[in-house]
Amino acid sequence: MTEPGERRRTGAQILWEALHREGVEIVFGYPGGAIMPAYDALLDSPIRHVLVRHEQGAAHMADGYARASGKVGVAIATSGPGATNLVTGIATAMLDSVPIVCITGQVSSHVIGTDAFQETDITGVTLPITKHNYLVTRVDQIAAAVREAFYVARSGRPGPVLIDITKDAQQATAVPAWSDAPVCLRGYRPEHRARQGDLARAAAMIDAAKRPVILAGHGIVKACASELLGEFVERTGAPVASTLLGLGGFPASHRLALGMMGMHGEAWVNQAIQEADLLVALGMRFDDRVTGNPATFAVGARKIHCELDPAEINKTVRVDLALVGDVKATLRGLLPLVASAERRGWIDRIAALKGDSAVRDIQHLPHHGRLFAAHVLHDLWRITEGKALIVSDVGQHQMWEAQYYKHDYPRQLLTSGGLGTMGFALPAAIGARFAMPELEIWVIAGDGGFQMTACELSTAAQEGIKLNIAIINNGYLGMVRQWQEFFYDGRYSATPLRSPDFVKLAEAHGLTGLRVTRREDVAAAVAAARATPGAVVIDFRVEQEDSVYPMVPAGAALHDMIRRPSPIVE
Amino acid sequence: MTASMTDSRLRTFIAHVEDLPGVLNRVTSLFRRRSYNIESLAVGRTHEAGVSRMTLVIEADDHGARRIEANLYKLVNVLRVEETAQRATVARELALIKVRADAGSRPAVVQVCEVFRARVIDVAPEALICEITGPAAKIDGFVDVLAPFGVVEMVRTGAVAMVRSAAGSDRAARRGPDDRDDRGDDGDDRDDRLPDDRRDARDAA
Repeated sequence: MTEPGERRRTGAQILWEALHREGVEIVFGYPGGAIMPAYDALLDSPIRHVLVRHEQGAAHMADGYARASGKVGVAIATSGPGATNLVTGIATAMLDSVPIVCITGQVSSHVIGTDAFQETDITGVTLPITKHNYLVTRVDQIAAAVREAFYVARSGRPGPVLIDITKDAQQATAVPAWSDAPVCLRGYRPEHRARQGDLARAAAMIDAAKRPVILAGHGIVKACASELLGEFVERTGAPVASTLLGLGGFPASHRLALGMMGMHGEAWVNQAIQEADLLVALGMRFDDRVTGNPATFAVGARKIHCELDPAEINKTVRVDLALVGDVKATLRGLLPLVASAERRGWIDRIAALKGDSAVRDIQHLPHHGRLFAAHVLHDLWRITEGKALIVSDVGQHQMWEAQYYKHDYPRQLLTSGGLGTMGFALPAAIGARFAMPELEIWVIAGDGGFQMTACELSTAAQEGIKLNIAIINNGYLGMVRQWQEFFYDGRYSATPLRSPDFVKLAEAHGLTGLRVTRREDVAAAVAAARATPGAVVIDFRVEQEDSVYPMVPAGAALHDMIRRPSPIVE
Repeated sequence: MTASMTDSRLRTFIAHVEDLPGVLNRVTSLFRRRSYNIESLAVGRTHEAGVSRMTLVIEADDHGARRIEANLYKLVNVLRVEETAQRATVARELALIKVRADAGSRPAVVQVCEVFRARVIDVAPEALICEITGPAAKIDGFVDVLAPFGVVEMVRTGAVAMVRSAAGSDRAARRGPDDRDDRGDDGDDRDDRLPDDRRDARDAA
C-alpha cells in the first residue's frame, strides 16, 4: 500500500526505513564497496551503527543482542569477503536457533555471475546455514524482503535470515509500498499446537510415572516459559535437568533443579536420566552431547517430546509421544491436566545418587594456593550473587562455567552450544551490552578462543562500553588437550599455546588489564573490574592441565563417565 | 535412530514448490547434504500459477524417508510434500530412444514399438527415434528388447508421479509431516515389465 505523501526514495533509504519499521534500533557492521549506498543513507537514519573489526564479530554481536533481548539482531556487511566473514556467525545462530537478519551488499545485478570484484554467491554459500535467504536485485523488492526476513527469523523456530541486496538495487529509486498486514508465506507454517487428546495422554503418562525427569532446553528460555515451567515442576514434583542452553530457564537454586545433563553434566543428573521411567523433554532436541549413545539413552524411560519443530521429532531419539507446538502453550495446556504429586522416594534416590560427588567436587579439595578455573567461576558466582549475565566462549572454561556459575535467571547465560564456536564470547557480549545496558556482564573465555576475536576489544573501546572479561588462561587449547590426555595417549599435538600479555593487550586498547595467579587475589580483582569504567580484562593464570569432570566420552552411554580422581593427588 | 538399512529402496517424493529462482537448489541441497544420490528428478509447472512440481526418486530407508519429508517441509518455498511409498500412486516417465534400423531391420523395430505402444517419431535411413511413456520398468523392458538392434542414444525424463484419487493431493496439503496416514500400497508399478492393457485400464479408472 502506498501511503499518501510517500515520495521516491533510493533502495538504501528504503532499507533503513524498513529496518526502522521492524523496530531495529542498532545494527552491527562493516562497510565496503557494494554496501556503500546503504552506509551513505545510514547517516540519515535514527538507527545506531556499531563498527566491528571483523564481520564475524558483527554476526556474533547481532546474535548476542538477540539472545539477551529476545529481539531480532541485525548484522550488515559488504559483498565478497565481508559476506563470507559472516558465515561462522550465521552458522552459530542457525544451530542455536537465534533470530538474526544479515544484510549484505552484492555487486550490481548486471555483473552478477561474471566474477566481478568482491563477488561471492553468498545466498548459495549460506543456503544450508540460514533458515531462509533472499537475493534482492530490484529496488521494489527491498521493503517486502526485509519484512519477510524479520517474520521468518523470529517466528516458529527462530533462525538466521540473510538478505543480499545488489548495489544497483540500493541506488535505484522507487516509491516504497509499506504493508501492515500480517506476512503470509504460502509454504511457511511456523505455528503448531499440540492436540488436546495428546495433552491428556501426556498428563496420564506423567501421573503414572514413578521416576520422571524433566529435560529443559533452550526452548524454555526462548519461549519465556520459565514461570510456567516452575508451576509445572511444583505441581508434578518432577526434578529438572537442563541442557547447556537451557541453563537459567529453571532456577539452579530450586530444590528440584538437578543441573546440567550430558557430556559434562554432573554424575547424578545423568544417572537420574538413565534410571528414569519417564522423560518429559521441553524445548530441547536430544543433541548428541546430551544423549551420549542414543541406543543406550534412558532405555527404561518412556519419552514425551514437547518441541516446536516437527523435524526434530524422532530425529535421534524415538519418543512415545510428541507434543508439537510452542512449549509455553503446551505447558499451559498440560498444567490443569496433571495431578499434584510429591515423589519423595524418587527425590531421595537422586539425593543418594549424588553420593561421593561432593567430595570429588573441586570446591571441596584443598587448593594449596593454586588457582583452578573452577575456583574462579565459583568465586565469581558468589561475588556477583549469581545475577550477572555471563557470555562464555567454547571449551573447558565453558563447561566449568556451566557447572559452577549457578544460573537462576533466563537469558543470563549466552554461549555457542550447537556449533561450539570459539571466539563467540567477546563479540556476543558486546551485542548483549547494547540489549541490556544496565546488567553486569562477564565474558568468560579461554586463552585460545579469546584470541580468535580479540580484535573486538577495539570495538568495545571505541564504543566506550562496560564489560568484564575473564580469560581463563591455562596455556593450552584445553579441551582438545584434555581429549588428547584421555583418548590419544597424552600426545599433545598442536595444543600448547603461547599468548600475548593480555594485560598489555588491554592497555594497548586504552583499557584496563589485571592479572591473577592466586586464589586469594580473585575477589579483589573481580571487585576492581566491577569498579572500573570501560572494559576490563583479567588474565586468570589457572592450573594448566586440569580437566573437566565428569566426562561421558563421545559415543558412550550417559552413565559411563570418567570421574575426577578422588582425592586429587598432589 | 536404529532403523535398519534393510528397508532401503527407491522412493518417490512429490514436492509442490513455489516457482522461484533457487528453489530447486534448496530442495536438492537437502539431499546433497545427506549424501543421497538423486536417481531421477523431474520439474515442471502445474495447473496452479506460481507452483512447480518436483518428482524426486531417491533410495532411502524408512527413517531416511521421514527425515527427508520433515526437512522438505522446513523449506520456506516448499508448499507440500507427498512421499508416495505409503500411498497408491501412478508413476510414468518418457523416453526417446534412437535405435539402429536400416531397410532390413526396420519392420522388426517398428513391430517391437507396436507391442510396447511406443511411437516412431523420426525415421532416417540408418536409424529411427522411438518415443515411449510408461513406468520405469516398462521402459527398461523396451530398451532390453531394442538392444540387439543397437541403441545409439537415449534420453529419459525420470519419473513423474501422482497419488491416486482426485482428493489425495489436497488432503496432503493440510497435513504436517508428523501426522501421516498410513494407507496400504496397492498400486505399485515396479514389477511391471511388459505393456499391460489391464494395467492401463486400471490407471484410467
